[in-house]
Amino acid sequence: MKRKFLTAPYLLWMLIFTIIPLVLVVYFSMFETGPDGVRFTTEYLERVFEPIYLKVIGRSIGLALISTLFCLLLGYPMAMILASKELKMRDFLIVLFVLPMWMNFLARTYAWMTLLENNGIINQILAALSLPALNILYTDKAVVLGMVYNFLPFMVLPIYSVLRKIDRSLIEAAEDLGATPARTFFKVIFPLSLSGVASGIIMVFMPAVTTFVISRLLGGGQYMLIGNLIEQQFLTTGDWGFGSSLALILMVFLLLTMGIMAKTDKDQEGGGLW
Amino acid sequence: MKSFLMKSYTFLIFFFLYAPILILMIFSFNDSKSRGNWDGFTVKWYIELFQDGQIASALYYTLVVAIIASLIATVLGTLAAIGINNMHGLPKMMTLNVTYLPMLSPDIVMGISLMLLFIFVKINLGFITMLLAHITFNLPFVIFSVLPKLRQLNNDTYDAALDLGATPFEAYKKVILPQISPGIVTGFLLAFTMSIDDFVVSFFTTGSGVSNLAITIYSMARRGINPKINALLTLMFIFIMAILVFVNYRMAKEKQSEKREKY
Amino acid sequence: MKKCIFKQLGVGVLLVGMVLGLAGCGGSSQEKLYVYNWGDYIDESVLADFEKTNNVDVIYEQFATNEEMYVKIKAGTAKYDVAIPSDYMISKMIKEDMLNTIDMNAIPNYAKIDDRFKNLAFDAKNQYSVPYMWGTVGIIYNKTMVDGTIDSWDVLWDEKYSKQILMLDSQRDSIAVALKKLGYSLNSRDEKELEEAKKLLIQQKPLLMAYVGDEVKDKMIGNEAAMAVVWSGDAVFMKGENPDLEYVIPKEGSNIWYDAMVIPKTSQNKAMAQKFIDFMCSTDIAYKNADYIGYSTPHKEVIEMLPAELTSDPAYYPADGQLQNSEVFEDLSDVLPIYDRIWTEIKSQ
Repeated sequence: MKRKFLTAPYLLWMLIFTIIPLVLVVYFSMFETGPDGVRFTTEYLERVFEPIYLKVIGRSIGLALISTLFCLLLGYPMAMILASKELKMRDFLIVLFVLPMWMNFLARTYAWMTLLENNGIINQILAALSLPALNILYTDKAVVLGMVYNFLPFMVLPIYSVLRKIDRSLIEAAEDLGATPARTFFKVIFPLSLSGVASGIIMVFMPAVTTFVISRLLGGGQYMLIGNLIEQQFLTTGDWGFGSSLALILMVFLLLTMGIMAKTDKDQEGGGLW
Repeated sequence: MKSFLMKSYTFLIFFFLYAPILILMIFSFNDSKSRGNWDGFTVKWYIELFQDGQIASALYYTLVVAIIASLIATVLGTLAAIGINNMHGLPKMMTLNVTYLPMLSPDIVMGISLMLLFIFVKINLGFITMLLAHITFNLPFVIFSVLPKLRQLNNDTYDAALDLGATPFEAYKKVILPQISPGIVTGFLLAFTMSIDDFVVSFFTTGSGVSNLAITIYSMARRGINPKINALLTLMFIFIMAILVFVNYRMAKEKQSEKREKY
Repeated sequence: MKKCIFKQLGVGVLLVGMVLGLAGCGGSSQEKLYVYNWGDYIDESVLADFEKTNNVDVIYEQFATNEEMYVKIKAGTAKYDVAIPSDYMISKMIKEDMLNTIDMNAIPNYAKIDDRFKNLAFDAKNQYSVPYMWGTVGIIYNKTMVDGTIDSWDVLWDEKYSKQILMLDSQRDSIAVALKKLGYSLNSRDEKELEEAKKLLIQQKPLLMAYVGDEVKDKMIGNEAAMAVVWSGDAVFMKGENPDLEYVIPKEGSNIWYDAMVIPKTSQNKAMAQKFIDFMCSTDIAYKNADYIGYSTPHKEVIEMLPAELTSDPAYYPADGQLQNSEVFEDLSDVLPIYDRIWTEIKSQ
């Protein structure tokens, strides 16, 4: 079909601006430039598999999974509300939803610190009400909070856009057949919104794996995540070979995982969630 | 009851989203340069802000790059999504994998590799290179916003339009696009959100004095964020809100006049 | 309908954008000078002064860390004329032949820099750099939250202050603290010494509130923690905001740092670059910068112009005696992978 060729301009763009830089990354991870010239090496790639570095990768992936899960749990109801027909000023609310993300990230995160600190606003209010203090700054909880705060719109918006045009007649049919609201949701609404949910998960999980500024500021820099480690290699240590290897292996691993998950998803078209 | 729950949940979520913004705005009036002290109310940061040429220039470039990059990414990405939706098997999987790449890449890897690419092709780093980089990382967000809507579509409507005599182009314009428009708008909004606050990739792909707000603010990292920035963000917020309220008001008015016309 | 409004808005935005853009694009046929500096590290009015008196367009860019600046300059695309890196980075750039020599005869104001800041280890013959700001690293502590006075790095390992201690989230700075505490050089290349430092830092980790960056200032001012490792310039600011704070350079010695102006080899206008450096060293301009930034200045005349309460503060202007065991960072590019590994291990606990 002719429509396939609409991807051509996009593919050309990606070839130049994504594939070629990727080739550079592959090159750095496999070739070492020494005083005697360039030589092929697997030393960088092998180093990635040392336990200490695997631990860093594992921790980053784990944190990203938890944050994605919370985004989904908190975001889905919000998407449903935004998609419901009774909603007035819907478009206004949607832009209002992303608007905080247009305020600089560092400034927002510092504001969170002002809220969460020991002598911060939240604790000052709690103290005034004679309630016990909240000490979540510099714990994992604060990091997840920060991640959810920053990624929520990326989960909510795609789900909302799909829920918006769900065929009402299917829902009405389910209700006519005597399904409870819960059953209608799990058997009709949620499956129909799955492509939106998949998008949301991808747009949250993937950037979340390599994010580290939130962990540095709200987590007190106590844990090294793969994003910090890679940045360190490129900037502080100057070891571009190792940095590229870490990035490459991380990306390959995640792409393979996505690929496997897509294959196991039963679908008529056999092409995955899409 | 349901309405009450919906309203409360919405309120809670929005409160969560806006609490730090409120703090940020309040501290733009703090007479102390430090967050740790409230020294009294002042507007001196706003005055200093208006005298700062660097920030004005950074703001200008931030907005221009964000708007142009999001628009181009939205157009290119929507076309791509339509194409991808019609692909099957291996080519589809490969295309999707390529689309994942900018989102998966650590910012520093993307920034430095693009910088090297531009250097190799001997393009001077500046506005154009920064724009090209922004379009690149915006594209996946547009594609993944539009794809679910395409999936949701009933293909029969497209065929029905063709049967009724529409050209493919007309069929798209009048049938498909309106149905996927929530996805396109979502894609544009998310792309804009990514572009308006990008530091690492922008830092390494810009030059010639072109800077954006994120770079200006992050480069204050060693010294601490000057409250001028809080003042700037507060003004941006108020300005955008004003536009939103205005648009919302106008659209509500139009809906009203449309309703009246029917009678 | 909807489209109408968006069209109107769109046109409006584009028009505003074009107007702003045209206003910004000044005379592009003027001579240009590219300056690369830390964020918020200059009194910006001095740039306008320089532009007027020399009929030149100053293109000013900013960076957040030495390392990021290095990557941009090394890549070679940017034509920076003047940059302001730190000591160890200058040393590295000299080694990699990235800097032009500066003709000090073209910089008459160089004589106004105190001799104590000349012939420094990273530029022994004063050929490549002119000092801009300097300072020390030390401990700032809250007198009301701490018993007695502090004079040693040991206090950062004192369990009495568990979860009240802040360390810097920076490899070299934190490892330097451990090395100094053990009595070693903070430029150590010795793997045994570094192992010991690593063990010390791993031991310390549970006692820490956090590793922090610039937010340390707001925290100490807000009485969030009992003590922190900070730069002297920040300490002066903090003490001004919170009189309960006190700064000390531990007796084991610490780090002295310098930021200096250099002319990268990418410069296409060395003469103007030298004029700019000379301009920055002139008394009234150096005073403006020192006053705005608040860090210690190497300029003799400016020190005399600053208020006595500032210049007599040992945090701002320590006596030579206090700096006995303190060292400047050297370029350790060859051993940085070891430092990186140590830091990763500490952070992975």
